[in-house]
Amino acid sequence: MTELLKIQGLKTQFFTSAGTVKAVDGVTYDVEEGETVAVVGESGCGKSVTALSIMRLVAEPAGRVVDGNILFQGNDLLQLSEEEMRKIRGNNIAMVFQEPMTSLNPVLSIGLQLTETVQMHLGVDDAAARARAVELLGLVGMSDAERRLDQYPHHLSGGMRQRVMIAIALSCEPKLIIADEPTTALDVTIQAQILELMKNLTRDLGVAMIIITHNLGVVARYADRVNVMYAGKIIESGTAEDIYHNPKHPYTLALLKSVPRLDQPRGAKLDPVEGQPPDLARLDEGCSFRPRCRYATDACAASFPPTELIDGIHYSACFHKDKLDSPMKEAS
Amino acid sequence: MSAAADTTTAPGAAGESDFLQVNNLRMYFPVTEGILIQRKVAEVKAVDGISFTMHKGETLGLVGESGCGKTTTGRCILQLEKITSGEILYDGQNVAKLNKSALSEYRQKVQVIFQDPFSSLNPRMKIGEILAEPMRVHGIIPDARKRDERVMELLNICGLSTRFADRYPHEMSGGQRQRVGIARALSVNPEFIVCDEAVSALDVSIQAQVINLLEDLRDEFGLTYLFISHDLSVVRHICHRVAVMYLGNMVELATCDELFDNPIHPYTRALLDAVPIPDPTVESAREHKIVTGEIPSPMNPPPGCVFHPRCELAVDSCKQAVPEFREVKPNHWVACTEV
Repeated sequence: MTELLKIQGLKTQFFTSAGTVKAVDGVTYDVEEGETVAVVGESGCGKSVTALSIMRLVAEPAGRVVDGNILFQGNDLLQLSEEEMRKIRGNNIAMVFQEPMTSLNPVLSIGLQLTETVQMHLGVDDAAARARAVELLGLVGMSDAERRLDQYPHHLSGGMRQRVMIAIALSCEPKLIIADEPTTALDVTIQAQILELMKNLTRDLGVAMIIITHNLGVVARYADRVNVMYAGKIIESGTAEDIYHNPKHPYTLALLKSVPRLDQPRGAKLDPVEGQPPDLARLDEGCSFRPRCRYATDACAASFPPTELIDGIHYSACFHKDKLDSPMKEAS
Repeated sequence: MSAAADTTTAPGAAGESDFLQVNNLRMYFPVTEGILIQRKVAEVKAVDGISFTMHKGETLGLVGESGCGKTTTGRCILQLEKITSGEILYDGQNVAKLNKSALSEYRQKVQVIFQDPFSSLNPRMKIGEILAEPMRVHGIIPDARKRDERVMELLNICGLSTRFADRYPHEMSGGQRQRVGIARALSVNPEFIVCDEAVSALDVSIQAQVINLLEDLRDEFGLTYLFISHDLSVVRHICHRVAVMYLGNMVELATCDELFDNPIHPYTRALLDAVPIPDPTVESAREHKIVTGEIPSPMNPPPGCVFHPRCELAVDSCKQAVPEFREVKPNHWVACTEV
């Protein structure tokens, strides 16, 4: 497979009265063509800001990408002019946002929102754009597509709106879709429908996807590779099997232990991660997970642990990665 | 659904004294048109005839997707809605018929923890004031200094530093605010707490902390919880019995183990099947049958069994007859004729 997207040492910061918030602090990962890569982490870990940085949508002057490269098919997106970037957005890289309720324009019909992207990027006439829109709605499983085109977002349910968002994302046959918590706002039976749809479409059309989520179950079902983020850094990455069966970072381990699972015996007490996530404006040079980590030693305060290879494509940034007990040994 | 209207057969744990009894509860919200002269044009059948009982110390999970009526059920029990029909008995008393002083006493015994830790605390009040206010209103601790001591104690019980008493909600994280919400509910020494999606807005590591706290408090103070949630994994972890709701109706009610090990209703099965399990090996081995279609509008629910348009077992009779909520096994109630 060929490399589609390569993010190297990305740093995005926000300049606030409380100090500089290092939302993304040296993130490196890549996405190959047709692959589904997950970025997992809790609120404020920088997973969404990473996505916005790729799309060059970080709101300036409050925030800015201060360092790093984002190579898309070999071109650095950070070096492009705004005009060139507009040709990439929606055309080569499309985005699906979390909130299906607010990410569609309430005063424009579904048809207009679908054809706008197609007409802008592909330069086709009205009739062809409308035909394409009907085709796309069929693709995302919406019946009665012709009539839907004249409806407005408030006519549609949350699941249907998210289908429209996916249709818009697919409209110009992008190489990469960035889905930021695409199903978090949806009910679980609708979530399953949407995820299954995205999985089938990406496979059939060969589109790569970055799926950003906090739901470990969703990741296990859909991702080829997983990046775990904490306080602006990727602290562990690998295949889904690596991450779930052989976690090599205390944070990953703690996350896996803190969710109740449907397939495990009941009655066991949950083992939560104590404490709170750190303030991103007040990070020191040490490991940011150290205050909540039961393996922490003096070395963890002195410097941030380097990202080291475990095996294959499994990497971890922890001095104590060999001391962890795997939680899933019995299960696997 | 014509759930058991007769109070003697209301589904519950057999042989236990019934602490809370909900009989054939209906809550319809009117849909009106017009600005000055409003006339009713339709009804939203948020809760359409549900019955269940709870005994003291029990945690009953109420699960279902948006719009199934689980939150409305909680609000009816809290007397925050004027119910359309049916009755709610708490300790044998009909809560809709309480006089003013009895209602005030009821509001002290029955408390609520809301979902959103950001909007359920008054941003202009300090945490200490938020916790002291219910005690002052209910006259539990008339002495201001003693109240402050109790505030400190509550903060400790809920795992917060006493320094927070002088802070405002905006200075706290979501998990800390949810702890304040719990401390506020506890401040009046309640017996019964409606937890309405109490952990849903929290990150997983924080969620586990709050779940543990709720469990510890339940054991320590003998609390009874109505635990409303859409997260089946969390419900399975914390509840003794679970009721599944769909479009205003209760479709299944059983003990937690029974419901998760032997789900009977097609909707419960679909719901369980849709929950992804955080393990790639388990996931790839599971066979997913994804339920098609959308949840119909509660303004115009389908006739017969409300789940029939999405149900793979549906036969013609499901389109006409409302299935009876029947006890198929001891303490396992299902509203489906085809199982």
